Amino acid sequence: MTALLEMRSITKTFPGVKALDQVNLVVRKGEIHAICGENGAGKSTLMKVLSGVYPAGSYEGDILYDGEIAQFRGIRDSEDRGIIIIHQELALVPLLSIAENLFLGNERATKGVISWPETFRQTETLLKKVGLSEAPGIQVGKLGVGKQQLVEIAKALSKDVRLLILDEPTAALSESDSQALLDLLLELKAQGVTSIIISHKLNEVRRVADSVTVIRDGTTVSTLDAHKEPITEDRIVRDMVGRDMAHRYPERTRRAGDVVFEVKGWNVWHPEHAERQVIKDISFNARAGEVVGIAGLMGSGRTELAMSIFGRSYGRNISGEVFVNGKAADTATVGRAIDAGLAYVTEDRKSLGLILDETIQRNTSLANLDAVATSGVINEARETEVAEKYRAAMRIRTPSVFQKVGNLSGGNQQKVVLSKWLFTEPEVLILDEPTRGIDVGAKYEIYGIINDLSAQGKAVVMISSEMPELLGMCDRIYVMNEGEFVGELNAQDATQERIMSLIVTE
Amino acid sequence: MSQTSAKAEGIGSYLVKHLREYGLLFALIAIMVFFQVVTDGTLLKPVNITNLFLQNSYIIIMALGMLMVIVAGHIDLSVGSVMGFVGALAAVMLVNWDLPVAVVIPISLVVGAAIGAAQGYFVAFWRIPSFIVTLAGMLVFRGLSLWLLAGQSVGPFPKSFQALSNGFIPDLFGVDKPNVTALVAGLIAVAVLIWMGVKTRARNAHYGIEDEPFAFFVARNAIISAALMFVIWKLAGFRGLPNVLISMVVLTVVYAFITERTTLGRRVYAIGGNEKAAKLSGINTERLTFLTFVNMGFLAALGGLVFAARLNTATPKAGFGVELDVIAAVFIGGASMSGGSGKIIGAVVGAFIMGVMNNGMSIMGIGIDYQQVIKGLVLLAAVFFDVYNKQKQG
Repeated sequence: MTALLEMRSITKTFPGVKALDQVNLVVRKGEIHAICGENGAGKSTLMKVLSGVYPAGSYEGDILYDGEIAQFRGIRDSEDRGIIIIHQELALVPLLSIAENLFLGNERATKGVISWPETFRQTETLLKKVGLSEAPGIQVGKLGVGKQQLVEIAKALSKDVRLLILDEPTAALSESDSQALLDLLLELKAQGVTSIIISHKLNEVRRVADSVTVIRDGTTVSTLDAHKEPITEDRIVRDMVGRDMAHRYPERTRRAGDVVFEVKGWNVWHPEHAERQVIKDISFNARAGEVVGIAGLMGSGRTELAMSIFGRSYGRNISGEVFVNGKAADTATVGRAIDAGLAYVTEDRKSLGLILDETIQRNTSLANLDAVATSGVINEARETEVAEKYRAAMRIRTPSVFQKVGNLSGGNQQKVVLSKWLFTEPEVLILDEPTRGIDVGAKYEIYGIINDLSAQGKAVVMISSEMPELLGMCDRIYVMNEGEFVGELNAQDATQERIMSLIVTE
Repeated sequence: MSQTSAKAEGIGSYLVKHLREYGLLFALIAIMVFFQVVTDGTLLKPVNITNLFLQNSYIIIMALGMLMVIVAGHIDLSVGSVMGFVGALAAVMLVNWDLPVAVVIPISLVVGAAIGAAQGYFVAFWRIPSFIVTLAGMLVFRGLSLWLLAGQSVGPFPKSFQALSNGFIPDLFGVDKPNVTALVAGLIAVAVLIWMGVKTRARNAHYGIEDEPFAFFVARNAIISAALMFVIWKLAGFRGLPNVLISMVVLTVVYAFITERTTLGRRVYAIGGNEKAAKLSGINTERLTFLTFVNMGFLAALGGLVFAARLNTATPKAGFGVELDVIAAVFIGGASMSGGSGKIIGAVVGAFIMGVMNNGMSIMGIGIDYQQVIKGLVLLAAVFFDVYNKQKQG
């Protein structure tokens, strides 16, 4: 078999970071090629290079497509050559019909006038190919996620796809929908379509893939060929996680006190799709002075769990109990959750954690304004003192606390968010991806702050996609997958392999 | 870098950063000077200054509420109609039902607040865009005023009601020409302004906050004090301080205090700045949004009473298009369209800029057609200046 695509020593640098370093990828004609790697390993960046989102010239290395060097300047270019990506977040317009979506931007029209009979006829043929029996006129928003995924594939087929790239296609799908999708991939393969599938579900990878490329920290670790040797999940996991982790985390003395925070039988349903249960009967606890981790892949429901606990900020039909210091806590609104002693540092600090146009001082006091006010009148002098105190304690690098937080670096912004929550004097801190998008030095400082907090006897719950971080910081780790806790590991027993295998073997 | 060059750069960059705030003040002064010249001194005659306050009082009163609504990230298109409706309701109560003024005023204010509550309910708790809710309100209350007045003008009103707008504070010192009470009040106001300025400056210095250069501080205070005393002197030589000026000043001070110094005000800015972050910080965003609309309704009602009292009659056309003047005043005053920023004092100055232009152009005899065009362009220019400045600062 000859290669359809060959990416040779692709190197892509962003200011300060080497996202891809000499990555090689060979995809043969007519095969299903899986790409595996942890979050942040560089899979998406590689696909963006391939599809022209990062245009030719912005990276080093060559893309050989059909035996010749390709220079894609944008998505249009790569699509014209039959390379089509289906992203995890579907790019469909929910209020338009299936037919309209399929030919969006590619309408069956003469001189701008759409021919509806032609559109519908072609839509029916395409839908048959992907095994959908829906009428072409149905609104896409009325279909389930699984069927929407199939519509996306039909849309790709309408563009004469030669290389189909699927980014986590089954992440949001139910078991039976996933199986149907994988069957379709095998069928398309029989018809000569080559595909690349990015997936964390190794059992699915093993089922459909002809070869697997594992990427770690922006480099190619291995390429496995199913026709030469059987591909095992163990082998893939080992290649995905094997990295050394010496001294990236400050030393911490582990001592756990009484249970401070406990959640029992927590259930949450999706806010829009009432039939989808996002959190399934989760119970966990955290002790004073303990750092408890929640591991899991993106989309496993970690953020939804935290947000639903913190003032019911996510989901509906929430049931379950929360205890703080042994007493049932009312967390029905954010205000009451704060009063109960909870604090939640959001995953997305820019859109959920900070008011970017306001100063450090005003962001710091936001969640506990009453503490710097006397009967509703803010004492600005006291407010400034508080901000200065946290600026010093957190070592926020800024000329003054009157600086807008929008002008700070990611690490310093995160310290402002932490300041805001520490000022509420919580018993329990839930940290959601506390070091995302922060450089290594600032990460180390944040870890130091977390250790200080637990030394003060606070219970810390830490959600992270970076497994080494959890292993380096936590005393205990819960493993979460698809809305459920699938395991609990003590620090001394936990390894990346064990966590990964808990996740991938359902 | 030497000390002096750092300081020189400080002045330059300070001016650039705060161009908007100084710009607004200079714009008002420039516009006043311009009209003073082209109207041969009519603009700043005592009687015309008095008129300026009387004519624009209701706009300024409503701009206070509108500022908070816009800071919270919303808009209220209904204020003109609500103002007209409450004026009409008061007229009917006073003239047709013969109710005493002391009863009519509180009822009218409560009705205004209730109207604001009704609109705020849909905006805050049902998340219907305020543009739509208040557009509906605008039509509803315009219709209701027509119905209430049956297409007729209703008036005149008792003297005590008219005094809301047309009354003056008598001279407590018995001199009357000039009105010594007015002069004393003016001097006290100047003293308070300077004292507060000095206090803020001392605090800023204490915490190392970047403040305006000392020369600017002196110049700004001198100009404002001189302008204030000039206006007061003119008023004192005529009939003294209009009642409505006193209510305006008191309301402005109260709302400036609320927005800048209280937790309530701070939280409204937080909602406009980032609603999700505010909510996740424990702020009851729905309740506060609701309250800003209640407050808007209350001030619209007050505006309606003041307006009716000044004309001494309620007409079905009262309040037509006034919402646009109020909104324009807030935006000229530097509030951001996306919410989260804007100052009370800016909105008041913005309203005066509009008011002086209206007044000056009328004295000049410019037709209503051109007046609209010019006001529209001034609004666009002010907002463009904002956006341009922001982009330049990156």
